[in-house]
Amino acid sequence: METPRPFSLLCELTYRCPLQCPYCSNPVGFARHAGELETAEWQRVLSEAAALGIVQAHFSGGEPLVRSDVPAIVRHASSLGLYTNLSTGGTLLTEKLATELRNAGLDSLQVSVQDADPEQSDRMAGGVPSFQKKIEAARLVKKMGFSLTLNVVLQRQNIGRIGAIIALAEELGAERLELANTQFNGWAFKNRAVLLPARAQVENAAAVARAAQERLKGRMEILYVRPDYFEPFPKACLHGWGRVFMTVAADGAVLPCQTAREIRGLNFASALHGSLKEIWFESEAFRRFRGTDWMPEPCRSCPRKETDFGGCRCQAFLLTGHATLTDPACSLAPGHHLITEALAEAGSDEALIYRTARTSLELS
Amino acid sequence: MAEITDNSRPRLAGKTRLKWDAVREKPLLLVPEGVLVLNQTAHDVLTLCDGGRTVGEIVEILGARYASDAIGGDVKEILETLRQKTFVTIDD
Repeated sequence: METPRPFSLLCELTYRCPLQCPYCSNPVGFARHAGELETAEWQRVLSEAAALGIVQAHFSGGEPLVRSDVPAIVRHASSLGLYTNLSTGGTLLTEKLATELRNAGLDSLQVSVQDADPEQSDRMAGGVPSFQKKIEAARLVKKMGFSLTLNVVLQRQNIGRIGAIIALAEELGAERLELANTQFNGWAFKNRAVLLPARAQVENAAAVARAAQERLKGRMEILYVRPDYFEPFPKACLHGWGRVFMTVAADGAVLPCQTAREIRGLNFASALHGSLKEIWFESEAFRRFRGTDWMPEPCRSCPRKETDFGGCRCQAFLLTGHATLTDPACSLAPGHHLITEALAEAGSDEALIYRTARTSLELS
Repeated sequence: MAEITDNSRPRLAGKTRLKWDAVREKPLLLVPEGVLVLNQTAHDVLTLCDGGRTVGEIVEILGARYASDAIGGDVKEILETLRQKTFVTIDD
């Protein structure tokens, strides 16, 4: 089969962030990858991406807005005809910066909140007072005429307030609401016993989200990302490894997904030393799990192998120590007991491990 | 939501962008977290959605272009699908 070309590029412009969320999608060892591509290097990466067939550039971090050159990077992406989207925690967004981003051609802005409850939101951000600034940022995004997406990661502590979260998104006039149940990789895995919800919470949240999707149809697009620990089959991670997405991390590492550098034994090429095209088609990391030839049983003979692609490679590695095995989230996986055991241990009241540079160095 | 009629004036939502993909040689609709690869009819309908033209006018233009008088249902179905996803808005 001919290797497909990617549609979408995630640019993690920096791993720096003023917040400390304990489910951060950055690698646990982020502080060991402190280098950052410079403005011109990001612009070159984006030019190579457009030539490769990428049509969408997502800018995130860390907190991307700790860099002052985001408008210059977005402007370059726009000039290439790419659809541009920026995900921010919102605390550093000013009217001046929002104007610069607008003028640079930014198509879409996503602001995260940790909860609808101000105190709980700040607590989840590591005790950093941030909720009020986030709300102001969301209002600013609307005032500037951007389309607003509100991003909320769901976990045991906030999932019961899903109704209030939806009401907050309505009040802010969000066009999109992303309700993403925590994916238990990286930092979230370290905090899994605290953050993993109970089945009844998950079922209730799904029902509330479904009702809101119906009620707000045509006004607000609600994306509800189901928690794979509670599903019979794994998620179609990335729509297949090396098939649609690629990520360039802050230091230039080119990754099939943003958590892939947690898989020990995989080597990742750097955008500083090779072209995106060469890395996409030829590099070991992208070829390793592309297609279905790498699959073990029960995936290999499974009728769903082109539907869920064997699930998440990072999760398989994290739970079993082997990235080549079926994602244990699959009820057919030999390692599925690892999921059921984790569900039985959920609800711990131990302290959360927040995402700080110091903790990153301690844990990696 | 009101039904889409011949008098509705559809408009592409500001968060979307129509794009000709020169690498794949296909028309795309780009949205905040996704890419819709369009067929020719959907592409032709969306290029005419400027918030000014009515659905009736769009059907007439495309009917003449395709030499068909039976595309009204297809046009409304495309618009309704995209409206439910909030990619198309309707000014009545």
